[in-house]
Amino acid sequence: MTSAEAAQDVRSLSPGQPARSRARRISIADQLFRALAAAFAALVLLAVLGVLIVLLHGSWPALKTFRFGFLTSKEWNPVTGQFGALAPLYGTVVTSLIALLVGVPVSFGIALVITELAPAWLKRPIGIAIELLAAIPSIIYGMWGLFVFAPRFAAHVQPWLTDHLGHLPIVGALFQGPPMGIGMLTAGLILAIMIIPFMAAVMRDVFETVPASLRESAYAVGCTTWEVVWRVVLPYTRVGVIGGVILGLGRALGETMAVTFVIGNAHEINASLFMAGNTISSTLANEFTEAVTPIYTSSLLALGLLLFILTFLVLVAARVMLSKLRTRDGVHT
Amino acid sequence: MTLHARRRIVNHVALSLSILATAFGLFWLGWLLWTLLDNGLSWITPRLFIESTPPPGSQGGLANALFGSAILTIAGVAIGAPAGVLAGTYLAEFGRTSRLGAAVRFVNDILLSAPSIIVGVFVYALIVLKTGHFSGWAGAVALALIVLPVVVRTTENMMRLVPDSLREAAAALGAPMWKITLRVVYRSALPGIMTGVLLGTARISGETAPLLFTALNNQFWSTDMTRPFPNLPTVIFQFAMSPYEDWQHLAWAAALLITASILAINIVARILLRRARP
Amino acid sequence: MSTSDSATTTGTPPAPPGVASRGISLHPASSIPATAPAPTRHPKVEVRRLSFFYGKFKALHDIDLDIHDRQITAFIGPSGCGKSTLLRTLNRIYELYPGQRATGQVLLGGRNLLDRADDVNLLRARVGMVFQKPTPFPMSVRDNISFGVGLYERLSRSEMDERVQWALEKAALWSEVKDKLRQDGTALSGGQQQRLCIARAVAVKPEVLLLDEPASALDPISTQKIEQLLSELRQDYTIAIVTHNMQQAARVSDYTAFMYLGRIVEFGDTKTMFTKPTHQQTEEYITGRFG
Repeated sequence: MTSAEAAQDVRSLSPGQPARSRARRISIADQLFRALAAAFAALVLLAVLGVLIVLLHGSWPALKTFRFGFLTSKEWNPVTGQFGALAPLYGTVVTSLIALLVGVPVSFGIALVITELAPAWLKRPIGIAIELLAAIPSIIYGMWGLFVFAPRFAAHVQPWLTDHLGHLPIVGALFQGPPMGIGMLTAGLILAIMIIPFMAAVMRDVFETVPASLRESAYAVGCTTWEVVWRVVLPYTRVGVIGGVILGLGRALGETMAVTFVIGNAHEINASLFMAGNTISSTLANEFTEAVTPIYTSSLLALGLLLFILTFLVLVAARVMLSKLRTRDGVHT
Repeated sequence: MTLHARRRIVNHVALSLSILATAFGLFWLGWLLWTLLDNGLSWITPRLFIESTPPPGSQGGLANALFGSAILTIAGVAIGAPAGVLAGTYLAEFGRTSRLGAAVRFVNDILLSAPSIIVGVFVYALIVLKTGHFSGWAGAVALALIVLPVVVRTTENMMRLVPDSLREAAAALGAPMWKITLRVVYRSALPGIMTGVLLGTARISGETAPLLFTALNNQFWSTDMTRPFPNLPTVIFQFAMSPYEDWQHLAWAAALLITASILAINIVARILLRRARP
Repeated sequence: MSTSDSATTTGTPPAPPGVASRGISLHPASSIPATAPAPTRHPKVEVRRLSFFYGKFKALHDIDLDIHDRQITAFIGPSGCGKSTLLRTLNRIYELYPGQRATGQVLLGGRNLLDRADDVNLLRARVGMVFQKPTPFPMSVRDNISFGVGLYERLSRSEMDERVQWALEKAALWSEVKDKLRQDGTALSGGQQQRLCIARAVAVKPEVLLLDEPASALDPISTQKIEQLLSELRQDYTIAIVTHNMQQAARVSDYTAFMYLGRIVEFGDTKTMFTKPTHQQTEEYITGRFG
């Protein structure tokens, strides 16, 4: 096959069609493909913008009526039409904080065990178990929390807490009141259990990026396992760990079903964690379909806007942290 | 006490606590699964799959809710996954450095971590208010919006894993961009993309919040997606919180079924991913 | 006695006259086959004042060069000298990446192939490329080959089968895979994968074949097979090969271009290049004094 014949073959694809129009056809096909892909990418953009617009538009009446007082008022009265976000906001923040307080150390411990302690054959099963825990839908946690956890919590743990911690100066106020089982503390604990697998997975992934040579040199110098983790691994992965914690926080803030079952659904703020409360998402879940007046619906949408902004801020914070890690050592997280 | 002895004690304490923490985490998983089995297994009967949800105080099954959830999940994935794959394709092939690409990545993360109840509220305002009634389609759209960011992210990541040398080799033969993407890149990344779709499917099978204000629920067998549509999670929500024993039993059975199917999907996705990695 | 990077050497044939006096047995000149035919001159690709830019960085400076028909032209030089960059302008594969551009002319059959009005995909069907790392597509062996052919020719099933066989025979791979045509291309060994890539490039019947360090990722035996292959392919195709292995360049090529910092330092027939280079820099590189 000579080169001349070869050139002939290539141009013989569409006899009668000059090469240029074929070039144009291909280029149109490529442009269409690119446009299609870009269109759907833009769709994602539009969806989120849409959410923001809908929330703003819908909450405008309430925001106009209550102004800044919306954020500071505890009032939630459908009858008089007076609404304030303080109680749900308080509940959202407090339950998430409890979730972090309990969840972060536990996740850290799990990540430590998986990366440093567990023998090779155990690493995978524990990891899989943790990921399965993460896959269980939140309504299941809610049911389990209400029917199984709460009664036992009320019967065994809460009285113990009241007896032993109830008389302490400041902390004691947190543990007063009847042991109902449901309430802020329970909701916070269930949330903790829900975000633990998520944070543990992130921490494990981040711990595994530590170069083996770094860990080995720490051991070689005579560090105990704990010292290697606390003094070498953690500082190295500090930013990624914080990013993971912040993402866990974001999760906890938006969690709906699990919290709705066990928080007690009361628009009040109490010092005691044993008392019932509300979060933004549980309020929405319980009351959205029953809001009969426009101002009621608008207030609920305002709550939704608050939550959206809150999770947005948390996401931005996490991204900033993670991008700092990425630029520092080029690790793809 | 010598420094060395103290360090050893600290080490032992810290490691023991960590092991306790792991046991703590696994303990809840075990207890939860045990509860599900204990409360739900005995109520899994053939009747569950034949009869629809009953009025309070009488016996029945979950057939309509099972069917409804299956339809809603499939519809949600059918809408959300292709859109997600195409958007992810844009990010991986055309938008690596473009500003649209950076914006979409950021916004996708927002959608990914947005509380699902907010998505429900959004679709309520968008569809339910406009059409004047709850509908299965609204529920499907809400679910699609939850699947979308998951698929976008995994598709982009998986496609980016395909080495550029493969793209260059196809280009060097004279293949146009769309053919390179379709026949070479997709083929390489397919197992990973499928895994992403499966994980998204698993996620929406259990989602309740987005359906509360969109598909609502339907006590009866229904195939009409333009009206309130039966689904399992809302049934659980309604039945579990009720004082009726029959309803509570059904709720546990439903919870077990949902958990089992989600775990099954996750396992399949994991196997698929392991097969994909050489 | 400094030696150059000798990743592979195929024994040491008797040193050609003029070199023995230097007493260097690993000098690339000793790799030139004694039976090599005299090179012919007939420009197939003419490069005129070609410059290349990665963003603001000028990687190639006014390259002037002829690549001769049915001859193997090797490009040698230290890392970063621009030899791969030069190769990649010849099929405009750099256009996949924004910020990279070329100025000047590359004439193939009288037409400047850098002209943007020309269909780049058709160009790439005429100028084939094989990369350093074997890149089999995630398809069967047969589909790997028919992929490129099917882009431009409509062949019946039996015609395609013939073409696949022909290409695999050309790549000296047919006997090894003829029973495994349905097997995934990635299941072959490294050397086989690379020959598959060569078969794939040859199957579309290009006029020019570009090879970017085709054997550097392979073991010595596979490398030898590929070099033999190139010698045979020379009969039908114009070949340009980038290599960091000077013995390979000496073994295989008819013409050699030595590049340094984006410029052609010296270009000539291989024998002269390695035995009586004109520039001192060339001699220093060849004898391993730098790079």
